[in-house]
Amino acid sequence: MTAQALANAAYVVAALLFIMSLAGLSKHETGRTGIRYGIAGMTIAIVVTVWLTLAGEWTDSTLIGIGLLIAALIVGAVIGLWRAKAVAMTGMPELIALFHSFVGLTAVLVGWNGALHSGDLSAELVGVHRAEVFIGVFIGAVTFTGSIVAYLKLSAKMSSKPLILPGRNFLNLAALVGFIALTVAYVNAPELALLIGVTILALALGWHLVASIGGGDMPVVISMLNSYSGWAAAATGFLLGNDLLIVVGALVGSSGAYLSYIMCKAMNRSFIAVIFGGYGIEAPSATEEETGEHTEIDAASVAQLLSSAKSVVITPGYGMAVAQAQYPVAELAKKLREKGVDVKFGIHPVAGRLPGHMNVLLAEAKVPYDIVLEMDEINDDLASTQVVLVIGANDTVNPAAAENPSSPIAGMPVLRVWEAENVIVFKRSMASGYAGVANPLFYKPNAKMLFGDAKDKVTDILQSL
Amino acid sequence: MSLVGVITEHQEESRVAATPETVKIICSLGYEVVVEKGAGTKASFPDSAYEAAGAKIVNTDAAWAADLVLSVNAPEEAKIGKLKKGAIFAGVLSPALKPELLEALSKQGVTALAMDAVPRISRAQSMDVLSSMANIAGYRAVIEAAHEFGRFFTGQVTAAGKVAPAKVLVAGAGVAGLAAIGSASSLGAIVRATDPRPEVADQVKSIGGTYLAVEVEEKMESSDGYAKETSKLYEQRAAEIYSEQAADVDIIITTALIPGRPAPKLITAEDVALMKPGSVIVDMAAAQGGNVAGSVAGKKVVTANGVTILGYTDLPSRLPAQSSQLYGTNLVNLLKLLTPGKDGKTVIDFEDVVQRAVTVVKEGSITWPPPPVQVSAAPAAAPVAAAAVVPEKKKMSAGTKGFGIAAGLAVFIGVIAVAPAPLPQHFLVLMLSVVIGFYVIGKVHHALHTPLMSVTNAISGIVVVAALLQITDANLVVQILAAVGVLLASINVFGGFAVTSRMLKMFTRGDK
Repeated sequence: MTAQALANAAYVVAALLFIMSLAGLSKHETGRTGIRYGIAGMTIAIVVTVWLTLAGEWTDSTLIGIGLLIAALIVGAVIGLWRAKAVAMTGMPELIALFHSFVGLTAVLVGWNGALHSGDLSAELVGVHRAEVFIGVFIGAVTFTGSIVAYLKLSAKMSSKPLILPGRNFLNLAALVGFIALTVAYVNAPELALLIGVTILALALGWHLVASIGGGDMPVVISMLNSYSGWAAAATGFLLGNDLLIVVGALVGSSGAYLSYIMCKAMNRSFIAVIFGGYGIEAPSATEEETGEHTEIDAASVAQLLSSAKSVVITPGYGMAVAQAQYPVAELAKKLREKGVDVKFGIHPVAGRLPGHMNVLLAEAKVPYDIVLEMDEINDDLASTQVVLVIGANDTVNPAAAENPSSPIAGMPVLRVWEAENVIVFKRSMASGYAGVANPLFYKPNAKMLFGDAKDKVTDILQSL
Repeated sequence: MSLVGVITEHQEESRVAATPETVKIICSLGYEVVVEKGAGTKASFPDSAYEAAGAKIVNTDAAWAADLVLSVNAPEEAKIGKLKKGAIFAGVLSPALKPELLEALSKQGVTALAMDAVPRISRAQSMDVLSSMANIAGYRAVIEAAHEFGRFFTGQVTAAGKVAPAKVLVAGAGVAGLAAIGSASSLGAIVRATDPRPEVADQVKSIGGTYLAVEVEEKMESSDGYAKETSKLYEQRAAEIYSEQAADVDIIITTALIPGRPAPKLITAEDVALMKPGSVIVDMAAAQGGNVAGSVAGKKVVTANGVTILGYTDLPSRLPAQSSQLYGTNLVNLLKLLTPGKDGKTVIDFEDVVQRAVTVVKEGSITWPPPPVQVSAAPAAAPVAAAAVVPEKKKMSAGTKGFGIAAGLAVFIGVIAVAPAPLPQHFLVLMLSVVIGFYVIGKVHHALHTPLMSVTNAISGIVVVAALLQITDANLVVQILAAVGVLLASINVFGGFAVTSRMLKMFTRGDK
């Protein structure tokens, strides 16, 4: 039994543990067990790999390597744990985007190393190896810059408006063609210049792909980058001939792809269109502005309305996260429930900037997860609901999606809040949402506007109660 | 063929025992109908309408001389003499309270049918005058209260400021009470109800009220001595509830009646004093002595603290067209039962419990009270039909889909067939993992998508393995690049797992 054979066996176990880890997340109850499986799998993989390195021949480089290894692991662990502890739950999207970029960059580095040190390879595998280097570097670099742009957009360090270059679809296509041409050239003659070229090309492509996607599509972008980071890991697996990397990369890749698919369905967008970066996303055309009289309401009256209601549904959106209003909102739900009011939360699949973002925020504020329902679970009950509170959501409750076939968001499934008896919309101003579409909900006779910061307003309502 | 007479009621009564509509049905049973002049005027049924329905308009004496006389109220003493010997008189007679009336009727040698003696069994519901009138009275009580009450019933938010909803307490959830609860809540008020029978809680809830249970800690022993104690405790607690509610609500409607006994006193003078000025009390039991201290039968009283107490006893009569129609229908249903041949011949069958119970005087002899009747259970509410919504789905045509799959597979086979030695195995691993990935991720709960992303983030840090394998390379550049890779990937691994477990800890169930 060689060290390599033992390591391979351990890798199989690790792969199995990772699958069990993801399976554990299917339910709230088993989620934490799932994490333990994941940690166990990762520990096995790292320990076995380190051991495998040590079990080889000892040279001077080995010593230097071990020193670097220990230092890198410790520094990485400290930074990672510190970030995980420090991050606010509203900042989760940024953190996840940043983490994606690390995977991408690592994949680029591993690819470069594979090019610098090709090892002993049989003649027929040399070409394959070079192609693998290029694919790995390409996917890794696209993931890296794409995630960096996503991070910058999410943390508002960059405008979240889509960057619209002339002929952007052509640019993307040209980058792909260029990549194939460079790969063919590199397989024939491995010049370092070609490697540098492909890296720059991929970095530029990643930047452009995400820059051309608007802030409202961020949930799709994040899960798409999640998918890319998985494929980057799988590509390094091919490069090193390591099945564990391929398995995990494929799991993550398909996970991200599946999530993007769900998000796309929730926004009535074509999956392909989003994957290829803003393809098919038209700049919001100036549709005939739907205007009318909107009615304002004050916090005390909302409190009055809520305390006399039998059923209340709260539909939060990104605005709740921005205003950090989840704590007062949770408090409000708790108070109303104590009064015997039937309170539920309705979450649109793309509410927030990350799949499941609202759920995490509400969970943080101790809202029991069994009253937090999905759009499909709650939509049919909205008609018999007395009061709906729309807190920081706009496009996800826009009746134009269902009623106006010429609307840019026509056909997108939305929470049908306008069917309820009363709708209270918490908003900072009458401005339109991310999709840039006017919202006729505000002018419905059963809708009332409560202007101001969501957190302040909810706190006012709490006081009036 | 018998003659049916519809008489004009006394001065205070607005109802009439038959409407043009019910007259038509009576005619179809084979009877000839005469209507006293002006009988339906107060209920908005002119004589011409009766004539159009097939009745003849006659004077008082002719109407009273019919074979079958239909009335709402009991006959006035002076008019009993006008009845023909052997005739049948139908009306609300209150046989338990008026033995002298039965006496007088029997002396006259007539048969008397008491509409308020219909047994409360399912079959007789269509003749149950008490229920149909109580329903109207409950509605009217709310309308009378609304008329006296100087505010809206419903809570509103208007441009001129907000309006709090009215709070209504209904004591007794019988037919009248339920009608009152339903009417008040459909006007938008907050309605609460009390009733000594806890089983009515669901009925109260179903029409929009809140049931206030009188919760008393029951003693475990059930010997006679304790039973009395419990009931005393119960009454004490009930009185407390009424006092609490009186201070809070704007309107009280009392409907509590106990058969054959004076109405129970529920609201004391102290309770009335607790109420806000402008509050309204409707005492629907005023005729039987009243549930409210200070109520006067048939009168409106305003207390020193500005509370209006209505003791109206003629609530159904205040909705004459509606109550005449329902009463008339009750009568027609009884007539259908009494005229099995539809030939205008009235037959009273003493074997039938309904006919036996209704007949209080038969051909000059008093037959009240009837033998007791087994009361059947109340019918269950009809289930609400749920409408199913069929979602539409876009679909690729089967042909395009099939072609796409075939083309994809062909390309795949081509690539793998050409690929050298270790690659095909790697492809196999990749494919299987993708399939597993899709199935596993498809099962993940929607609410856990963020933890899912951060955990996949952590495990995609597995590239650390790749970097680790390169870190002992002979080339120092490679080593340094690998070290940077290890650093970045380990941030991912540690950070990803830590933040995921932090998130999962926050998800808690409501009942824990």
